Amino acid sequence: MTTAPSLFLHGRAEMSGATLFRDVALDVPGGGWTCLLGPSGIGKSTILKLFADLAEGVDFDGRIGATDGPLAGRVALMAQDDLLLPWLDVLGNVTLGARLRGDTPDPARALDVLDKVGLAGFEARRPSELSGGQRQRAALARTLMEDRPVVLLDEPFSALDARTRARMQELTAETLSGRTVLLVTHDPAEAARLGQKIIVMTETGLRDLPPPAGPVPRPVGDADTLRVQANLLEILRKDERCAPLTS
Amino acid sequence: MSNARTILASALFGLLLWQGVVWATDLPRFILPGPGLVAQTLWESRALIAEHSLITIAEVLIGLALGAVLGGLSAIGLASSSIARQLVRPLLVFSQAIPVFALAPILTLWFGYGLGSKVAMALIIIYFPVTSSFFDALMRPNKDWVGLARVMGASPARIMWHIRIPAALPGLASGLRLAAVYAPIGAIIGEWVGASKGLGYLMLLANGRAKTDLMFAALIVLAIFTVLLHAGVGKAANRLLERR
Repeated sequence: MTTAPSLFLHGRAEMSGATLFRDVALDVPGGGWTCLLGPSGIGKSTILKLFADLAEGVDFDGRIGATDGPLAGRVALMAQDDLLLPWLDVLGNVTLGARLRGDTPDPARALDVLDKVGLAGFEARRPSELSGGQRQRAALARTLMEDRPVVLLDEPFSALDARTRARMQELTAETLSGRTVLLVTHDPAEAARLGQKIIVMTETGLRDLPPPAGPVPRPVGDADTLRVQANLLEILRKDERCAPLTS
Repeated sequence: MSNARTILASALFGLLLWQGVVWATDLPRFILPGPGLVAQTLWESRALIAEHSLITIAEVLIGLALGAVLGGLSAIGLASSSIARQLVRPLLVFSQAIPVFALAPILTLWFGYGLGSKVAMALIIIYFPVTSSFFDALMRPNKDWVGLARVMGASPARIMWHIRIPAALPGLASGLRLAAVYAPIGAIIGEWVGASKGLGYLMLLANGRAKTDLMFAALIVLAIFTVLLHAGVGKAANRLLERR
């Protein structure tokens, strides 16, 4: 892995004439966790897709990329859907990237990574035989195998139950430390636990908020973390689009 | 097991219905033979029917294999290239407007009275269902899988091979199941137009000589073969899907 670059996105995006987001200025510091928090439909995922060069049909007007050169080939992606291929076993899924690039897969390293995410002994299982938490661990192992300096996370924990989610947050924070991580989430608790930089995205634009003290992942019961979490929720609730729900 | 019992009960019911019609209408044997007579003919002419059956089975199996390969490759080719789609797809749709049966005489002219023209007929009749069901599945990949593969640095060809083709195999399997039913139709039409062997030829021959019982016997053998072929292709397809 090369050094983790800083990312930037300055501009606006439209899709067939409809505005996806107005002028935003997003800066993602290298080598740390940045959480982009916002309600559904605000354009958070579009920002991730723009970084991953997967935003088909989106007209982006502005500048986007890494501060130290082109971003292509340095990004890994993990989404809410684990995207495991049902016809491959866990090992096949984890080594998918190598085969897709025409390289020889490295099963020894894959087994190592599986051990790291707590899936030792599961390499020959099919995804359909795994629980939701195990599937997301396999997706994390696949992401780690890619060994990219930039990791884009699109609500990867939102489909998990509370206990599994807390464990996955910790495991992901540990295993991805040192990389530039951009996490898109709608969960204030997740942003408060994992963000070294927390950005709230609403109709009015982006707002940079001071993160809680302490290294990530922060304990769920930490007083400062809970205070920031409450504050983030308050900001989301004051948002114009959410206002009718609170009155 | 209950499945086998249901099939048996259903077959028995069909035979009873048939026998009932024979009794009720009291038609002469050369118009409508009863199941008993047909079974007797089937047994007595078993060598003759077997000889002709083997020919038809060979035609169908070769046509099916060629159709699966050609249809599969065509679908992959069409799904890989938008130029191919623009050039070839209108032709494919147009070709479906031509009644396949009308082609039988010319196929006999081109490929002769033997195996070739019947294999060609079976191939032509199954080519479109195989191609189109596989092609449709290839064109509807999970976009997120493809996106993930692109982020991983995959070329379109590798995305096709590692993601789109395995994901589309259920579409190919349903096309092949259809093909298993259509292929015998093609072979029989081919035999009707010009042949000296095969179940279709035997049926025409028997019909012309008012040996309706022999015609029915040949028909039943053909129907049973088609049902078995359909079941066999279904099983093979399921195994393929498990092992992909």
